Amino acid sequence: MLRRDFVRLAGGAALGAIASPVLGPIWAARADGPPARLIVVMLRGAVDGLNVVVPYAEAAYYEARSTIAIQRPGTDNGALDLDGHFGLHPALQPLMAMWNDEKLAFIHAAGSPDPSRSHFDAQLFMENGTPGRSTTPDGWMDRLLAALPGPRSPTEAVSVGPTLPYIFKGPVAVANLPLGPKAAAPMVIDRPEIASAFDKLYDGNDKQSEAYRQGRAARTQLVADMSSEEQRMADNGAPPAEGFPGIAARLARLVSQDKHVRLAFVSLGGWDTHARQGNDKGQLAGRLKALGEGLVALQQSLGQDWSDTVLAVISEFGRTVHENGNGGTDHGHGNVIWVMGGPVKGGKVYGQWPGLAAAQLYQQRDLAVTTDFRHPLANIVEKHLRLDDKALAKIFPDMPSARGDFTDILAG
Amino acid sequence: MLHRVFIIFWICFFAAVPARADPALDRQIIHVLNRITLGPTAEAVAHVKAIGIDRYVDEQLDPASLPEPTALTDRLAALDTQELSAAQLFAKYGPQPSETMASAKPTQEMIDARIKRAESILEQARAARVYRALYSPRQLQEAMVDFWFNHFNVNAYNGFDMLWVGNFENEAIRPHVLGKFRDLLLATAQHPAMLYYLDNQDSTAPGSPSAARLFSDINENYARELMELHTLGVDGGYTQKDVDTLAMILTGWGFNYDALTTGSGSAFAFIASRHDPSPKVFLGHTIAPGGEEQGIAAIDILAKSPATAHHIAFELAQYFVADKPAAALVDRLAAEFLATGGDIKAVMKALLTSTEFRDSAGQKYKTPYQYVLSAVRATGSKIKSPTPFLGTMAQLGMPLYLCPTPDGYKNTQDAWLSPDAMTTRTNFAVLVGGGALLNYVPPDEQEARIVAASAAPDARPITVSAKALQTLLDPILTDHTRAAIAQSPAAMKAALILGSPDFMRR
Repeated sequence: MLRRDFVRLAGGAALGAIASPVLGPIWAARADGPPARLIVVMLRGAVDGLNVVVPYAEAAYYEARSTIAIQRPGTDNGALDLDGHFGLHPALQPLMAMWNDEKLAFIHAAGSPDPSRSHFDAQLFMENGTPGRSTTPDGWMDRLLAALPGPRSPTEAVSVGPTLPYIFKGPVAVANLPLGPKAAAPMVIDRPEIASAFDKLYDGNDKQSEAYRQGRAARTQLVADMSSEEQRMADNGAPPAEGFPGIAARLARLVSQDKHVRLAFVSLGGWDTHARQGNDKGQLAGRLKALGEGLVALQQSLGQDWSDTVLAVISEFGRTVHENGNGGTDHGHGNVIWVMGGPVKGGKVYGQWPGLAAAQLYQQRDLAVTTDFRHPLANIVEKHLRLDDKALAKIFPDMPSARGDFTDILAG
Repeated sequence: MLHRVFIIFWICFFAAVPARADPALDRQIIHVLNRITLGPTAEAVAHVKAIGIDRYVDEQLDPASLPEPTALTDRLAALDTQELSAAQLFAKYGPQPSETMASAKPTQEMIDARIKRAESILEQARAARVYRALYSPRQLQEAMVDFWFNHFNVNAYNGFDMLWVGNFENEAIRPHVLGKFRDLLLATAQHPAMLYYLDNQDSTAPGSPSAARLFSDINENYARELMELHTLGVDGGYTQKDVDTLAMILTGWGFNYDALTTGSGSAFAFIASRHDPSPKVFLGHTIAPGGEEQGIAAIDILAKSPATAHHIAFELAQYFVADKPAAALVDRLAAEFLATGGDIKAVMKALLTSTEFRDSAGQKYKTPYQYVLSAVRATGSKIKSPTPFLGTMAQLGMPLYLCPTPDGYKNTQDAWLSPDAMTTRTNFAVLVGGGALLNYVPPDEQEARIVAASAAPDARPITVSAKALQTLLDPILTDHTRAAIAQSPAAMKAALILGSPDFMRR
């Protein structure tokens, strides 16, 4: 407690000391730009939340998982203690600094009120923001984008990858950018004489023309941002990073360079661990390690901009409490949501923990859901992006007002 | 536009102009070729004009009647791993006994060398798929392969599936794409690529004689996707209990380890010592005590279900007609499916002769796979390597055989139309229109060997004729596109046709 306060005070003092020369221009630049941004990372395939934030104090956890459990803190490569009840998967060690700074929080036993164990239905509900209703024509992040005030920019919302996810489907155009190692490499379509010939083909109001123009604008912005002097210096001699850490660092650079970006989305696959998922080592551990390193790379590349960024990690549902016959886990229900960033009241596992005893499980097999996944997201929208109830009702229509034991995760 | 076509149509009609100047027919021919082939070619258009659309459709519904040209079979013959059985592939290219012995842990070099060998199988499978899609006269069959492969998707980057993905397509999918759905379903259920990908190979009845350690209980992965994706559909009326029961029914459906070691025999085996033989109630049907026949009975129940008929009818109509197909069409196709015992050819005949199909020109946005291949086909060129085309599919988010999730790649506009897709597609159109990708020869030695053996030995550089492209595709170009092409420099015209909004639709 004392140590944390000291860190916070010291940090505050340091910020105060450099505020006038450095922060001054940044704030000035933001007067016509965004006050805050939200990044959502979606783990497609249902990550095993019970092995991410491990309820190590529960005997039932170890009874249910004879080969895949993460051992208690203090044992060799055991969980990293969070609060005396929960521990973090050891592969996520890079995130512990953020936890200790109280900038990382978890909401456990969170999930959808819809019982579906279909990946595709559950992902759709998490992206359209209306659990149980598959006909909603747009995604909640697109509705959120529509609700944000201010003039539109082609890169106000950025989706990482070659296709547009459902979460950004809707009337407001969203740029998608593949952020692989060669993202900003020259293309023939960049040449003005070639581009202008295509511009004539795509000057209409149809969807293809709109997408074409959005793509042109976003690419121009990307090439400008990524080819800056700073970028060339940063990459001098070092090969571009591969995998999620590389993508995360490039996304952060884009966000830092381009003050228009307010919303970003990236999804990662490979979490559907039905067999041999491993424990402190193995398949899941390897994926978590890359994810943790990527999140830290993102934080570091954001620099000062981390202070007004909130990042949420979500996944469509959790996995069975009991391991199956093949050292894996099958489709379950409740999961854990991760929230991090400057404005987060972190260092805490939020939510009402329902327990893992047989009688406490959902349908005798899964972690029960005690926090609707929309509530933490709505909390971020309201407190961080400063939208009112009217806007919230459009972003998450029919969201129950009763939040259970879930409390604010953001300062302010 | 439609109005103009009609006026021309009526003028033609009243003036009794010979049939060769019939823009509505020209447009319909391109529509049919856009949908049931991987893209129109000048040759195909001439052929359809000669025999008529109806006969062409019948021809395509009977692929065995269409001989494959030697230009294609020579290319395929050079891809030697295509001929190997699933067991042979594993025995020859899988982990070697020396690697799996506990006493001698394989070195990293051994593992790397094995993965490199397995990658060569995947590259050959991809080359075979691309060559068939580009140059086979059995075009509907190839479109159906794309459809059914995605319906029964497996991912080549999932462990041993790198060895088996091509074999899965050749042995479980291709022979049945216009056959009986039940046979297709059973073939996929017993192929090692599926048994591995969705973990049924691991699923073991608890307490069965062979249950031990990591084979101690059921794995519900395959059972769930078998109902959700392959047959009934997510709203098909099954419960978690049905998932558990089906997983128990299918216990013991796994690998034939002897065959995988020796390379001879079927890679599939029913392993009785891991099966639960007790009687079961599945979806309201009683299944008698038994072994493998319990699983066959469950497959039969699923294949005959009205929910399955509806699910398959919807997916076919979505792929071949419209992203949101008319309910009446789906219902008719589902009825045909049930009436014919799941005869895919009969369902396709009903679909391709429907008014909904006839009147749906241009309603679909091409997937990356369709867009890339149709561009090559439109140029009529014999490519020197599939590599740049596979690369473009990957860049567009659709790497061949690498859809990570069991639902396969979607084929709707929502899934594929995006700002970055338009950038990448127009960039690709420039590289094809200028001939660069068509003339690409890979530097890699291994691939050069495949190419040298399988590509046409024509060393002349391929050039693309903008004039020929425009003649071929003119029936579907809008006035707006024609005007933009007319205003552009000659060197850009081919790129603009291939990169036009009209050519991205089908």
